[in-house]
Amino acid sequence: MRDIPYGFHGKILDIDLSRSKIKVLEFDEEVYREFIGGRGLATYILWKEFGLDWSKVNPLGPENLLIILTGPLTGFWPGGSRVCISGKSPQSLGIIGSTVDSDVGVELKASGYDGIIIRGASKDPVYLFIYNDNIEIRDASHIWGLKGSEIINWIMKDIYNELKSLEKNKGLPSHPGYLYIGPAGESMVRCAAVISRRSHGAGYGGYGAVMGSKKLKAIVVKGCNPLPEVYDKDGYKDMLYRLWKFIGEKGRRFREWGTAAGGYVVGAETSSEPIRNWQSEWHNNKRVHVSEYQYYWMRHRWGCYGCPISCMKISYTNCRWLGKVVTDGPDYEAQAYLGTNLGVFNPRDNICLTALADELGFDSIGTGNLLGFIAELFEKDIISEKDLGFKVEWGNAESFAKLMKLIIERKGLGNIFAEGTYRAALAISKIKGVDVTKYAVTVKGVAVGAHGVRSCLDYTKPISYAVSVQCGDHTSTAKLDYESGEPIAIFHDSAVICSFTAFHVSFEDQLRFLNVVTGWNLNKDVWLNVKARRILFLQRIMLLLGGPDIYWDPRIHDDVPPRFYEPLPEGPYKGKKIDRSEVMRQRIEYYRRVGYDEYGIPRAEELKSLGLNDAIEAVKIIKERLRT
Amino acid sequence: MNESREPYPWILFREDLCTGCRCCMIACSLKHEGKVWIEASRIRIYELIPGVHVAVYCVRCFDHPCVDACPTGALSFDKSKFLVLVDESKCNLCGKCIEACPGSVPRIISGKKSVVVCDMCNGNPECVRICQMLGYNALILVRYEPRPQFKEFLRDPMEATQKLKEKYFNRG
Repeated sequence: MRDIPYGFHGKILDIDLSRSKIKVLEFDEEVYREFIGGRGLATYILWKEFGLDWSKVNPLGPENLLIILTGPLTGFWPGGSRVCISGKSPQSLGIIGSTVDSDVGVELKASGYDGIIIRGASKDPVYLFIYNDNIEIRDASHIWGLKGSEIINWIMKDIYNELKSLEKNKGLPSHPGYLYIGPAGESMVRCAAVISRRSHGAGYGGYGAVMGSKKLKAIVVKGCNPLPEVYDKDGYKDMLYRLWKFIGEKGRRFREWGTAAGGYVVGAETSSEPIRNWQSEWHNNKRVHVSEYQYYWMRHRWGCYGCPISCMKISYTNCRWLGKVVTDGPDYEAQAYLGTNLGVFNPRDNICLTALADELGFDSIGTGNLLGFIAELFEKDIISEKDLGFKVEWGNAESFAKLMKLIIERKGLGNIFAEGTYRAALAISKIKGVDVTKYAVTVKGVAVGAHGVRSCLDYTKPISYAVSVQCGDHTSTAKLDYESGEPIAIFHDSAVICSFTAFHVSFEDQLRFLNVVTGWNLNKDVWLNVKARRILFLQRIMLLLGGPDIYWDPRIHDDVPPRFYEPLPEGPYKGKKIDRSEVMRQRIEYYRRVGYDEYGIPRAEELKSLGLNDAIEAVKIIKERLRT
Repeated sequence: MNESREPYPWILFREDLCTGCRCCMIACSLKHEGKVWIEASRIRIYELIPGVHVAVYCVRCFDHPCVDACPTGALSFDKSKFLVLVDESKCNLCGKCIEACPGSVPRIISGKKSVVVCDMCNGNPECVRICQMLGYNALILVRYEPRPQFKEFLRDPMEATQKLKEKYFNRG
C-alpha cells in the first residue's frame, strides 16, 4: 500500500517569491483523504497557515497565499483539465475556490506535482517556469504590462521554442499549459481574473489581483511524464469510456451553443437576466438570440482537455473602435454582464467588450457588475461627466471600454472603482453623501452570477447567494436542503472537475469515479455529512473572521442584494420581488439543517464532531465581535 | 506491384471540426501505454493559439526517411501494412529518425525504451474511434492505395497555426 493515494503525486510546490526559495510540501495520506484536493485542500492549507490570525491577513499583502491546486480527478475525469485557485479573497475576505480550465492542471501532474502554493511577493515582476522537475523563478520585466493575446504570443514563440530546444532530438513536445494575469491583475483591480487560454478565467474571488500583488505575471508548465497511477486501471478505463459516451450524448445541445443560448432565453423566458444593473431582468430582444451569434460571429467550436462536450466557441469580429478581436462565445455570463447588464443588445459590441475584458485580464462577471453599477450612478446623476471626463451611457459599449481603461490606470475615480463594486459603493457613498450601496448587486463583496432570483424561474432561489459560503458565486449556490447545493459544488471544486460535464452524471457515479482513481471508499453519506461539511464550516469560519478592513455580520450580510427587494418593472413576471420574511425564514431553516446557530455561526458541538476543535476559539472571536 | 495498390486505412484530420479536446491523445496513451500520458500519444493536437488546432501524426511517407536514417535497424517499413514498425530491443534512442522525419514526428520520452511512432492500431486506430464515438468526426479513416502525395498532409504546427489564424480571424 502506498502512503500517497492513487491519482496523486503527494507533492505540492511551495514557492516563496520574497526569498526566491522553492520547497516541496508533502501531506499525510489522511489530509488528502479528508480534504481531497482543490478547494478542500486549499481550505485546510489556509486554516493551518493562518488560523486565528486570518483577520490580520491583507489579501493583497505578501502574507497572503496564492494557491493553485489540482484534484485527484484532474486529467482523469472525462472533461477538462481544471485547477482550483484560491487564497484569501480580496472580494469576500474568505476563501473562494475559483476553478478554471487550464492545461496547467494536466501539465503539473505530468511534471510530478499536485499543485503550487505561492507565498511572499517579488520586488520585480517574475514568471514561473516549470519543466518536469526543473522549477525556475524568472525575470518577467519584458512581459509585464502585456495584454492577453500578447502574453500568449510570447508563450507560444519564446517558451515553446525553448521547450523545443530542451526536447531537441526527442521530437515535438505538445504545447505547454499556462496561467497569466493581464494589466487588470497587475493594477490589483479586485475583479481581476487569473486567465488561461485567452478566455478561460478564474474570475470569482479576484485572484488576479492577488497574483498581481505578488508581481507574478505568468506560470508556464510543461510535464513529459505520465499522470500518476490510478487504483483500478481497467475500472478507470471502462468508466472513462462509458462516461465519455454518456456525457457526450447528453451534452450535445451544449456542444452546439454552450451556455450562449442563455443570452436570449434567460431574459425572455425566465426573467432572470441582469439588465441595466439589474433594474430589470426581462427582455425579448431577438438580436441577442444565440442563432445570431452562431450564424454571424462564431468561427469555431472549442473544447477543453478530455471533454466530450466542447461547450466553448470562438467568435471573431472587426470592430470600429477596437479593431480585430477574438474571444469565446461569449458564454452566457459574459453575454449578460458585458451585454444586457450594460444595456448592450448588440452581439458585436458584446463580443468586443468580452474580448477587451479578456485582453485586459478582467473577470467578466465582476467587471460587468461594476460597470453596470457605475452606469447607474451616471443615470441617477450621482456622478457625472465632470467626474470622469466622459459620459457613461447604457448601450454605449465604447464608454464602457473607456471605463475599463480608467479602472486599470486607477486614475481619479478609477482608483475607487478598481476596488470592486462593493467597496466602490462604500467609498462613493462617503464622497457624495448619498447611500449608493443599494445599487451594488453583490453579496459579501462578490458580484452575484447572472441568474436573478426574483422570478424564481431560474435555478437560483432567494437564499442561493445570501448564505452561500462563496457568496455571489453562481457555481456554488446554497440550497435550502443543504445537501443538493454546496456539498456538490465543493466536490467539483475539490476533485477539481468541470460541473458542466459532471451534472449529467449521478453523484453516486461521480464518487465511484473518484474511488476507482484513488482506491478510496468514499460514500455519499460521509461526503455530505462529514467531509463536505468540514470544508464548508472552515470556509464559513474564515469568511466570518474576515478583515482586515471589512467584517461581515450574518444578520445583515446573509441577505440578497437590496435590488432584489425591488419589484421587477416589466415582462410577464412584472411585480415579482423577494419577500424579506421569506429570506429570513429560509435562512433560519438553512442554518438549522447545515448545523449553524441562529446567527449563522457553526455550532461548537458540530465542530467537535467534525474534529475541528481548533476552530471553536474562532467561533468565540466571531461571537464576541458580533456582540459589540 | 499489386501489393502497393491495395486500399489501406489512412487517418485524415479535419481541422474545421477539431475542438482541441485531445480525447484522441488520452485514448492513444491509454491503449498503448495503459496510462494517461499525453506526451506518449502517437497523435498530437496542438493549440498554439487558443481555438486553433493542428494535428501531427505519422503520414507514412513513400520514401520513409526515418527508416533509412536508423543506424541500428530498429525501424523498418512493413510493406503489407504500409507503416513504420519499431523494434524496441534494437532502438538506442539516438534520435536520428526524428532528425530525418520531415515533421519530427517520432517521439522519445523518458520512461520509454524506444522511440514511439503510430502503428495504426491494426487498422482500427483508437484516436479515430474515440473521435467518432464522441461525434466530433475531426479524425476519420479513409481507404486508399498509397500515394506519394499523402506526405503533403503533414504540417508544421507553428506554421499551420499562423495560417489557420488568418483563415478564422481575418475575414469580415
